[in-house]
Amino acid sequence: MRVRDRVTRVAEAVTTPLLPADYLDLFHPLRSGAPLRGRIEHVQPETADAATIVIRPGADWAGHVPGQYVRLGIDVDGVRLWRAYSLTHGPRADGRISITVKAVADGKVSHHLVHGMPVGSLVHLEQATGDFVLPPEGGKLLFVTAGSGITPVIGMLRNLFPVTDDGVVRLPRSDAFDITVLHVAPGEPHSIFAADLRALAAAGAIDLIARYDDVHGVLDVEDLSRLVPDLDARTTFACGPAGLLDALEAHHSGRGLELFTEQFRPTTRVVGEGGTVTYARTGTVVEADGATALLDAGEAAGVLMPSGCRMGVCFGCVLPLRQGSVRDLRNGEVTTAEPGDGVVVQTCINAAAGPCELEI
Amino acid sequence: MTTIQKKAANPAAHLSPEDVEEIGRRLDEIRQSVLDTRGERDAAYIRRVIDAQRKLELGSRAVLLFSILPPAWVVGTTGLAIAKIIENMEIGHNVMHGQWDWMRDPKIHSTTWEWDNASPADQWKHSHNELHHTYTNVVGKDNDLGYGIMRVDEEQRWHPMYLAQPLWNFINACFFEYGIAAYDLELGKNLASKKRRSSPDFKARAKVTLKKIRNQMTKDYVLHPLLSGPSALTTLSANFTANLVRNLWTHSVIMCGHFPEGVETFEKTSIDGETRGEWYLRQMLGSANISGSQAMHFMTGNLSHQVEHHLFPDLPSNRYAEIAPQVRALFDEYGLRYHSAPLVAQVASAWHKVFRLSLPNGFMEAPASSVTLLATKRGRRELRRRPAA
Repeated sequence: MRVRDRVTRVAEAVTTPLLPADYLDLFHPLRSGAPLRGRIEHVQPETADAATIVIRPGADWAGHVPGQYVRLGIDVDGVRLWRAYSLTHGPRADGRISITVKAVADGKVSHHLVHGMPVGSLVHLEQATGDFVLPPEGGKLLFVTAGSGITPVIGMLRNLFPVTDDGVVRLPRSDAFDITVLHVAPGEPHSIFAADLRALAAAGAIDLIARYDDVHGVLDVEDLSRLVPDLDARTTFACGPAGLLDALEAHHSGRGLELFTEQFRPTTRVVGEGGTVTYARTGTVVEADGATALLDAGEAAGVLMPSGCRMGVCFGCVLPLRQGSVRDLRNGEVTTAEPGDGVVVQTCINAAAGPCELEI
Repeated sequence: MTTIQKKAANPAAHLSPEDVEEIGRRLDEIRQSVLDTRGERDAAYIRRVIDAQRKLELGSRAVLLFSILPPAWVVGTTGLAIAKIIENMEIGHNVMHGQWDWMRDPKIHSTTWEWDNASPADQWKHSHNELHHTYTNVVGKDNDLGYGIMRVDEEQRWHPMYLAQPLWNFINACFFEYGIAAYDLELGKNLASKKRRSSPDFKARAKVTLKKIRNQMTKDYVLHPLLSGPSALTTLSANFTANLVRNLWTHSVIMCGHFPEGVETFEKTSIDGETRGEWYLRQMLGSANISGSQAMHFMTGNLSHQVEHHLFPDLPSNRYAEIAPQVRALFDEYGLRYHSAPLVAQVASAWHKVFRLSLPNGFMEAPASSVTLLATKRGRRELRRRPAA
């Protein structure tokens, strides 16, 4: 056995039933080997309802490629919630990462990040991920961004064209790129990064086509070829709301053009009475009504469900809710989960409230 | 309807079925009022407690590295005993109840928590959360009534073996964590027959428990003493003392929850088809509180609010003190007895019962005070006006 392993075993024996990490976390939560976390170092307001948050990631942060996003877990009203945000800087020399968040209507997490997170707060992180990245070989590209869909694109552009005190720098690696940005927003004052885009355009780094709904009317994808004359020669990268992306898919596939898209906000979950319950590992699928507990529905279908008091007291029946919505039969409270949220529910007093998937 | 076991006066006889359901509805309202305001303040509370407990434990163990010096022994042992009590009661017991699951923090969650105690979390959760909290004080179903080694209810048949139960109870108090582990394993029942002894399920569970005990003992009685070098023996005695103090304290607090004189027990058949209101009523009649200072409540893991805990086992423990006045007002309104007495009185009352029931029924009387003095004025009036059916 290696010495290191032996030391680890002894340390674990000294701290059992906890782990040495549980004590180290008290003093050094960002150390190597800790669950990935970050500390908020700076909050920079961008517009009235958007801010860039600079985070010092833990030692095990593996880096990222411009355009990628990170899943961020923060505690809002004491409850850990996870959301994905684009990294709005390319890899930085100081090792910090940043996200730019727009406070959306009913957006618990985004409001908290923009208005409620004090500098110094800890956040939980996952490693950066996402295929919506700059093609390394370069090329003629068109970025179509709507609203906060600009965020992954800003990450890519900053990586190619850093802004310094002396203005926009054109790095050698940017030579292979010919970039047009079509940026759509409701109006210029609310548009995050509008100033950055204008500066890049003024420096000749990109061709900018800004379309503001209050000035130009809502964008019609049929106008694309008029707005971007060499559209057919470009590969399109689009990030924005589902409606725009769907319209672009239809438009581009009709013309045989290449399109890469990115969408964060998940398709809206339908919360209803009852629904299709999937017991994922056993592969059992059940149609359950809104009055039948997930536990009863599973047992009736032959799933070996853990159970206990069957009245919501003992927590012996809890299972991870992979995704979907469930309703507490006692008080009607709805719990919704997205993949990766790590939500655990009591199956004996929760019923399906729309399609849902349990980990068993 | 819940029936109280053949007691001279049924303390709930004056309640109509509608009253019982109304009590249930009112209690649901209290529960909802806490859920509606549960949030950042509560999360900050439990994180602060966990943080402080771990630092206290680290600090105490560091001091004990020099336990050969008497002042270090005293300070370190005191700190470690307090840290172990907090870890078991305000943190472990309550986290494993799922009181903090709503935070969605995988590190403070009923499904992941393991505690500084001989009994493995999974086994404790089954016997405690599922059996004891569901079948509270139902004779024959809730093994917490006497832990299967004592006679704590008149209805349990007397046997000469019970003459020694005050001694059993004292030994159990000293080694309470092992008592809990044996109890969670249902050791008495499972060792009784060869079939049960050799059942794969029992063997697997026993193996897990033995491993946990080995790990716990290695930590407190081998590794930390070794780390103390010249202070090895004194650190060993310090750790043993801290565990002993923790055992005596937890045993006392837990005895106060259901054993004091006047706390009701229930027949097995009485819970068939029990409604939510009736379940609530059983918890109300079957639990007893300890009154005292904030520090005392904290050190009991808020199990001093046993009544509130049994009504709402999954509400965060820091909220029990807040809702206690509302719960008490409901007891008063419906003429029910809200058992509450200072720690010394409750411990004495519980021990009195242990002594009294070590003898056959009738040899030592139940203290009259437990029925009348603590009853509310309104309760007494109601009980007189509508005598037991």
